[in-house]
Amino acid sequence: MGEFKVHRVRFFDYMPSAIRALAFNQPNETMAVARMDGAVEIFLVSDKFFQGKIIPGRDQCGIEGLTWVGERLFSAGLNGQITEYDLKNQRVKYTIDAYGGPIWAITGNQQGTHLAVGCEDGTVKLFAVNEDKIQFERNLDRQKGRIVSLSWHPSGSKIAAGMIDMIQIFNVETGQSIHRMLTDRGTSRSKECMVWCVVYLSDGTIISGDSGGMVKMWNDHTGTLIKSHNVSTCDVLALSVSRNEDSIVAGTSEGFVVQFQFISLVLEKNDKEWVRTRTFRNHTHDVRAVAEITTAVVSGGMDTQLVVRPLLDKIEVNSSASALQKIIFPHRSLVSCARKAGLMLFQYPGHLELWRLGESEGQGIPGSSLLVKTNPEKLLHLKVKGEDHIRCSAVSPCGEWIAYSTASSLGLYRLHCDNNNISITKISKIPKVLSSAKLCFSSDSSHLFSASTQSSVHVVSLSQSGCKLVGTLKPKSGSHQAIHLLAASEDGKWLASANSDHEVHVYNLQKKELHCTVPIYSSAVSAMAIHPETNCLFMMHADQRMFEFSIEQKQYSDWSRSVQRNGLHYIWLERDTPCLNVMFNPQNPSHVILHDTYMFCIIDKSLPLPDVKTQFLNQLTLKSLPKEKRKSESHAFKVCKTFREMLHVELMSDQSLVVVERPLVDISTQLPAPIKQKKFAT
Amino acid sequence: MAALFEGYTLCGIGPTRNSSNSGILGIELGRDIDHVLVTDASRSVTVYKVSDQKPTGSWTVKHGQIITCPAVFNTQSQEYVVVTDDRVVRVWKENDVHMEKAFKATVSADVLRVLSAAESEAVVLFCCGAVRFLDSLLTSPQQPIEDVLAKEEIIRWSTVVKAEHQLVVLFSTEQRDHHWLYAQRFNPNTLVKHRIETEPGLSAPISFSATCRGRNLHLLFLYSNGSLYESVLPLRISATGAEGVQALPRSLRLSLPLGEEELISGAAVVLDEAHVAVVGFPHPSAGTCKDYLCIWNTHFQTLQASKEMSGRICSQLWCYSGKLYVPHGKMLSVIPFECQKSSLAATMGKLKQSRSESKSCSLLSSWTAQPYGEITQTPGFKSRMSTRHTSVVKSALTVDQIIEHIKTGAVEDVQAEVGEFIRLTTQTDLQLATGRMALELVSRSQTDANFYPHAVFLQLLETQYLCYSVCPDLLSLAMMKKDFHLCQIAFQIFPDIPEDVTCACLKTILSTPDSEIETVNLDTESVIFMKMLTQTQSGLEEEGGQQNGFCPPAIETDVSDAPSSMLQRDPLSLVMSCPVGLHKGALLNEVLQTAYSNKPLLPHLKDLTVPQVIVFLQYLLFLYLKYSHDAHKQIPALRTPSFSQIIDWICLLLDAHFTILAVAPEAKRLVSDLHKFVRSQVKLYAELGKIEGSLQVLKKSKQSEDFGMYSIEVIELF
Repeated sequence: MGEFKVHRVRFFDYMPSAIRALAFNQPNETMAVARMDGAVEIFLVSDKFFQGKIIPGRDQCGIEGLTWVGERLFSAGLNGQITEYDLKNQRVKYTIDAYGGPIWAITGNQQGTHLAVGCEDGTVKLFAVNEDKIQFERNLDRQKGRIVSLSWHPSGSKIAAGMIDMIQIFNVETGQSIHRMLTDRGTSRSKECMVWCVVYLSDGTIISGDSGGMVKMWNDHTGTLIKSHNVSTCDVLALSVSRNEDSIVAGTSEGFVVQFQFISLVLEKNDKEWVRTRTFRNHTHDVRAVAEITTAVVSGGMDTQLVVRPLLDKIEVNSSASALQKIIFPHRSLVSCARKAGLMLFQYPGHLELWRLGESEGQGIPGSSLLVKTNPEKLLHLKVKGEDHIRCSAVSPCGEWIAYSTASSLGLYRLHCDNNNISITKISKIPKVLSSAKLCFSSDSSHLFSASTQSSVHVVSLSQSGCKLVGTLKPKSGSHQAIHLLAASEDGKWLASANSDHEVHVYNLQKKELHCTVPIYSSAVSAMAIHPETNCLFMMHADQRMFEFSIEQKQYSDWSRSVQRNGLHYIWLERDTPCLNVMFNPQNPSHVILHDTYMFCIIDKSLPLPDVKTQFLNQLTLKSLPKEKRKSESHAFKVCKTFREMLHVELMSDQSLVVVERPLVDISTQLPAPIKQKKFAT
Repeated sequence: MAALFEGYTLCGIGPTRNSSNSGILGIELGRDIDHVLVTDASRSVTVYKVSDQKPTGSWTVKHGQIITCPAVFNTQSQEYVVVTDDRVVRVWKENDVHMEKAFKATVSADVLRVLSAAESEAVVLFCCGAVRFLDSLLTSPQQPIEDVLAKEEIIRWSTVVKAEHQLVVLFSTEQRDHHWLYAQRFNPNTLVKHRIETEPGLSAPISFSATCRGRNLHLLFLYSNGSLYESVLPLRISATGAEGVQALPRSLRLSLPLGEEELISGAAVVLDEAHVAVVGFPHPSAGTCKDYLCIWNTHFQTLQASKEMSGRICSQLWCYSGKLYVPHGKMLSVIPFECQKSSLAATMGKLKQSRSESKSCSLLSSWTAQPYGEITQTPGFKSRMSTRHTSVVKSALTVDQIIEHIKTGAVEDVQAEVGEFIRLTTQTDLQLATGRMALELVSRSQTDANFYPHAVFLQLLETQYLCYSVCPDLLSLAMMKKDFHLCQIAFQIFPDIPEDVTCACLKTILSTPDSEIETVNLDTESVIFMKMLTQTQSGLEEEGGQQNGFCPPAIETDVSDAPSSMLQRDPLSLVMSCPVGLHKGALLNEVLQTAYSNKPLLPHLKDLTVPQVIVFLQYLLFLYLKYSHDAHKQIPALRTPSFSQIIDWICLLLDAHFTILAVAPEAKRLVSDLHKFVRSQVKLYAELGKIEGSLQVLKKSKQSEDFGMYSIEVIELF
């Protein structure tokens, strides 16, 4: 099969941001996640939790709450502003100042007519949700002290507000407070009790979680405490109720999630009670947000991981759906490589880093490390101006051009590199329309493709003197969702684009028109590339299925059909991270190289496909076999699990592989210290 | 083990018609397991609630009519069914007062029986061998019934078995001297005829019992010579089915002892896979009286429980849901029983483990090789078998003759005869004979105070064919006679001593003064072990207690309580003299090594008196201290109590006598010593735990190599 020289890179200091809020949209089965840096991500629950959309954050936005109103997504933060997102084009639609100081909570009513925000100044402000914008309507009675948490009664007539040491119930109609329920300060009388989260159930029960570690059930009619559960010694930070209101999950700052269920204590009796049932310990740090979806509990917090913990009573056990899923890295590549020049571009939220790979000396046997002759070198540290974070970036294959885009602008730089002197020139006068969701250079570095709004792609020609917008490729019809993947062919003839509605369009670059559209598949495309020789488009989907589409013949290739017939091995299908990059080996046209977070794999299309009985991960077995026997035992999928937590894998022009690893240990050491817990034997 | 509990009378029985049958035609299960349907041989059907011993309903047929088959309860339709005057099928419900007014149908052929299994359709068996479902028969009562059987063939016995949704009607027939068994299966309807083998001189089987186990039907039949045979039929047969008559392979499960007179009647019922209940056969040790209800274990061929029934037993026996229904004299008795799975296997398993442990440190030299020592060394009988095969010479005396001799002979004669017998008899015969001989010897010894053949018992034990279950009284007899040598050997050989007997022996050993035990001749190896164990102490002291690098943890770690110098001076803290004599110690060691389960042992352990508990605990502490020094490892011995056995017994003893030990003033010092030592050990192990933790981390960190921030590697894919 072959030997590879691997550049094992661990100096990409990628640091994911902590999760602050979750909002689940039941009809669309989408989960919105807000991170501390202001980024909002949309995960497709039904599509193996694929990260379908990413709206990059911005400095100083301090997002605190996230809520869906119908199909529309709103957030509010400590900067005092309410933001609505344009999910189609994956950017901020507008922001409105609420004029009440920092906003701690935002929530929309079930009817989809109003938004309520809780402000530092003690007001609950109601905004009417109009067709295109939201409009301030009025304040509810102002209270002393900040409003920390809010929850609408499902009827929309009452609002419960969590404050310091108390919970207020407001009549929305009159704006007056109906009840004031005081929480107990617990053991430490001097410390105020923050009601971090409230949930208002349709039967009038109010459930609160507070800084005393208590989950309390209140009656809104009498304003009395029904039951109180001591969950944690620290804070209860988040609550979420299931759709049919029979289960509640609470996230604590000790890193565990507690489930309460509304069940009768005696079988077949009707007097139900809230009973603490399960505890999930999947986090090392504060759980800042929880959401109970139909079949699972989703939680996230300071340890930056999104954990999907299936509820085993709601799904068929022992399927891939019953496995715990941890989403650690974004489902987009943050690294791009200049294959011919041996350069890597790392994308951080606020800056870019360009590195040159090191060189080795001598040969080595498989499994050994080579002597590093020259160390990798950081050539460039490019800071982005403005508050917006970088959406996407790319370096041209020759290493001469660097492009990045934020929500508002596109930056294009030309790199001059003679021996050790590096200088860059910024290309000015770039058309404003070029702000992009995905950037891609042609293989000869003569053109830059920039995915724009309405599923269109701008083509920019690059030359010594500057750049010029030479055309725009538009799909004939269909959706206008933003493009998240672009792939240009080696011969410069074809360009493929994939958007969030799973549409894949192929454009003829010479004629500058749409060539064909790949049949739409139910799962999102997570990676794709065009084969340099056969011009087949190879697509990886979030559900781990793969297709090869011949662009010239406008149909699926024979190999792709045989894969569909044969089916993929269950071990392949059960992987829980999507493939992030597809590459081809110019020296062996039958090879396709893929990678996800935990493995990279070479698919040899000339070999037979594995069936259910075949040992799928057979590299160790093959290694132990004599050479002549290997041929008969081997199958098409050659999976390498030597490397862990990979952000990117790329095959360079000199046949060496670049593997960018980001070990979890390195991330966890940079996290703030968790709450000190007494552990056995420490 | 099985047990028969105190029974009670369900009802009286009317006048008897003939000798083999009582006044009862049959007993069938009613609508639940607490209700039975008793069909009188005269004219009435009565439903009894068994737990209340009360009738809940009774129906009688008109004068002139007779009931010809036992009434059954059809669970599907919740109705009672009975046949009167051979051809009239009557069906009635619980709340019908008169049977006459209920539904009846006259069929075209003589009905033998109506059979009903739980949750399935009732089946009608005709005298001619035809079988119909009751429902389909009642829809057209006058349908023609075909003749299945030959002309002179008559049905002797019939039953229905239901398992895995498969209903099987079994019936046996007799035709001159031939006996057949028919198995009628449904869906598809197949009738298979089997020939029941008969030996010349043997009459027909006198009793049948069928049960279903797994995918097979197990059919048990009893002959008048006391042989109990078992045949296995498949529950389902292949669709093709076999034509013609099939042979019925059988295997002998049990040979019941017979009295002098030939038996005509008797009955056996299968209770579970290992137990059968038998009536009509004499009790093996109660002469020829046949009025016994016995439970036999067919696996071990042992009598498990028996009960004498007053009045004549009529060789009828039914068994429903843990209760036996026995008509005897003028009444019908209900006797609850219980069959427990024998725990032999479990105890054997436990014992084997400890044996292999002791074997691993065996350094035995040949001078201790005693006969039974050799046997304990090899749990199998291979060596014996090989020697025996070469000389298969028939013994001069038969077992029966020896048993006769045992009843009257002098000790010396019996000893010689038994010795000769053991030497000459073949493996399999010996296996059967030893138990009988031992039983006979024990019963003689129990009655005759002057008769106690110690050597004969040793010989029998030596064969390895005895176990506690075979001869339960042997051990108690030996204890009564204070024959500690025999006890010791029995403890070594018997794998199945019950916990209460173990405790009784323990009590006797502890209560016997040392002076008495020291004179007893014991297994030398065990005594030598004890001797060396007590001696190692002095050896250790001479070498300063550093023989194998062991540092007494109490001195090292227990600084907080008292100055270490004081502890060192305290002789009890680590070096302790043996609280019992060598021989007593050796016996106690045997007790420690017996197999037991905690739960049954605990209540019996409570019987020990306070001084006994203290002595025993002292001895255990002594062993514990010795073992902590690894003293036992230096002694070459095969059978030594393991460390975990000692700890287990300490736990048990503390558990059983917690309050006593807390209150008794004389125990105070002992308990505090024990506590001190245990605490020091716990401290030591806690420290070890820490070391283990750090070592584990070291190992872990070695595994995860550090690649640094950047490296260039070569990998190969295959």
